[in-house]
Amino acid sequence: MTIRINKEKCVGCSACLRACPYDAIDMIDRKAFLNASCVHCGSCVDSCSFKAIDSVAGSVGKTDLSGFKGVMVFAERRGEVLAKVGLELLGRGRALADARGATLSAVVAGMRLDESAAQLIAHGADMVYLVEDPELVEYRTAPYARVLTGVIREAKPELVLIGATPTGRDLAPRVANRLRTGLTADCTSLDIEEGTGLLLQTRPAFGGNVMATIVCPNHRPQMSTVRPGVMKPLPADKSRKGEVKKMKISLKPADLTAIIREVALETTLRADLSEAEVIIAGGRGVGGKAQFGLIEELADAFGGQVGASRAAVESGWVAHYHQIGQTGKSVSPRLYIACGISGAVQHLAGIAGADYVVAVNRDPECPMVKAADVAIIGDLHQVIPLLAAEIRSLKKEAVR
Amino acid sequence: MNIIVTIKQVPDTNDVRIDPITGTLIREGVPSIVNPEDRHAVELGLSLRDEAGGGKVTVISMGPPQAEVALRQVLAMGADEAVLLSDRAFAGADTLATACTLYHAVKKIGVFDLIICGRQAIDGDTAQVGPQLAEFLNIPQVTYSVGARLENSKTLLVKRMTDVGFQTIAVPLPALVTCLKEANRPRIPTLRGCMDAYRERPFHVWDASYIGAPVDDIGLRGSPTQVRRTFQPSPRGNGFLLTGDAQDCVLRLVGLIHERGLV
Ligand SMILES: Cc1cc2nc3c(=O)[nH]c(=O)nc-3n(C[C@H](O)[C@H](O)[C@H](O)COP(=O)(O)OP(=O)(O)OC[C@H]3O[C@@H](n4cnc5c(N)ncnc54)[C@H](O)[C@@H]3O)c2cc1C
Repeated sequence: MTIRINKEKCVGCSACLRACPYDAIDMIDRKAFLNASCVHCGSCVDSCSFKAIDSVAGSVGKTDLSGFKGVMVFAERRGEVLAKVGLELLGRGRALADARGATLSAVVAGMRLDESAAQLIAHGADMVYLVEDPELVEYRTAPYARVLTGVIREAKPELVLIGATPTGRDLAPRVANRLRTGLTADCTSLDIEEGTGLLLQTRPAFGGNVMATIVCPNHRPQMSTVRPGVMKPLPADKSRKGEVKKMKISLKPADLTAIIREVALETTLRADLSEAEVIIAGGRGVGGKAQFGLIEELADAFGGQVGASRAAVESGWVAHYHQIGQTGKSVSPRLYIACGISGAVQHLAGIAGADYVVAVNRDPECPMVKAADVAIIGDLHQVIPLLAAEIRSLKKEAVR
Repeated sequence: MNIIVTIKQVPDTNDVRIDPITGTLIREGVPSIVNPEDRHAVELGLSLRDEAGGGKVTVISMGPPQAEVALRQVLAMGADEAVLLSDRAFAGADTLATACTLYHAVKKIGVFDLIICGRQAIDGDTAQVGPQLAEFLNIPQVTYSVGARLENSKTLLVKRMTDVGFQTIAVPLPALVTCLKEANRPRIPTLRGCMDAYRERPFHVWDASYIGAPVDDIGLRGSPTQVRRTFQPSPRGNGFLLTGDAQDCVLRLVGLIHERGLV
């Protein structure tokens, strides 16, 4: 897509300047001009009441797109256990594959892969590519890039999905470049466009202030990394059938020059927030480190986990590990209770996967209240202890 | 030790706000800054140069002419030379086309031992340019680094963050490293540094033809991905409000979540 401004029609009203998220339009002699910051996103097109701005199809050279079929998921492992994000990708990948009338495959590498393969099939894969090699037990960029590129070249999938974890974000750009195809980072939603069949890859940009939908029209495969905790895995179905294909991909000496000298696992074992069922999150409205105990107390009552806004983390009331949002974690609990959180876009970016959202806030107009399924308007210092007491007594009743 | 650090000038997204009436971004008065993680990349470059006992830190940036300011700021920190890649032909680049442009610039610079990038820029948050540049150069990469030191003149020891903790990786040079904020504390430019940045340090502006970047591989034309549309994130819920007596509200809320089997 290329944006063009028709100088004849432009009246110099500046509406497009305000619509442009990239500060890419300059007004010169009461005419709009695109400057070098323009990424041709199209935000300005609709802002012009004088139809002076239009967009024309992009100019990137076409490659042969036929012969690419199916959806492929890279299944990352932590030790011998599959990372949950791979199963989430299969959940979404299944729907995308069905929409394209194609198969869903997964790639897993390392040693002793049989159990992972069975799990991948149970979660929706029609086909699992196994690459067994002792050099692949620990993740390293070069050997994994060789392997994933090799499997993609062989299987020619139309879409490739990779978790946007530190590992996935290390690997995906390397592979996408080797294949000279496009890659969209940190997607939070994936859909098939009607008519074109293209993958619509939606992601937050500008620190979550805007969402952008990205397409990769002329190159294959279309590749995305996807934020963990956003997509939903399918329930495991052990009776599902799938094919397992062992692939041998020989590594080159040049792939093995980087050497892992030391591995330090985080010793403090913390329950994974992104997998929590219930999260009680506190923001600036909580008012202090001591008061943050209220949030912990409510989380205990529910048997849930503690989350936080960036404001609460930056105030030093709670560790960064608990931060939820654009620069924190994405979570997908069944129940999310946001206490004293205003609901900035960056925060909401992290809870798109939550099922039922409750807000406790004094301000009925704040975005968190608008985004919630239900909100209590009131002082959290009064509401939370009452709520905790109710939940505790409810649980006691249930035990009796 | 010859080190190249890539930097980007970005709008300070902390200051970007949404106009509640028009729903568009308010950019007025939003300052342009050096991408935060890139300042840590520069610091890492400077400290490795000094640790090696000599060499040069060259900072490069692709951007509009105004990006000169960002380059001058990191020259003031102590970088030795700056290159601004500026050309209309670079405009509209996605991460691949950006990495390709940087690749041709690195080739033009010639010899280097190490390239350092910030992990990601706060306007796009993709973290893709570093690894894509490493792939163009066919050199090893270590991303998410929180620190690095020279083991010997041919090997760098890099500590990186992983999903489950940390790894220390010995990587042969030349290599590319992307770095996190945790890596260090960027030095504050001295007055002398600021003066040198404008008077003493070599500053070059290169265009596409000077670095020999084919027009089909850069800018919008070299970008496999395209932005189809941008929009405001929409609120998700329906905002059902409970107001009035706190105890009442709590009881009604508990009823609602109990009904849904959430407790
Ligand atoms: C690039 C970038 C990335 C970011 N990433 C994140 C991120 O990952 N996660 C994140 O959370 N933020 C992030 N932010 C910050 C975000 O923009 C907001 O500043 C932040 O979320 C605000 O936190 P808050 O809602 O706790 O505080 P505030 O916005 O100050 O809101 C406090 C709320 O508490 C309510 N309140 C006050 N007192 C009471 C009371 N007694 N009882 C009930 N309610 C009360 C107020 O009505 C208000 O709604 C990011 C920002 C940028 C620019």
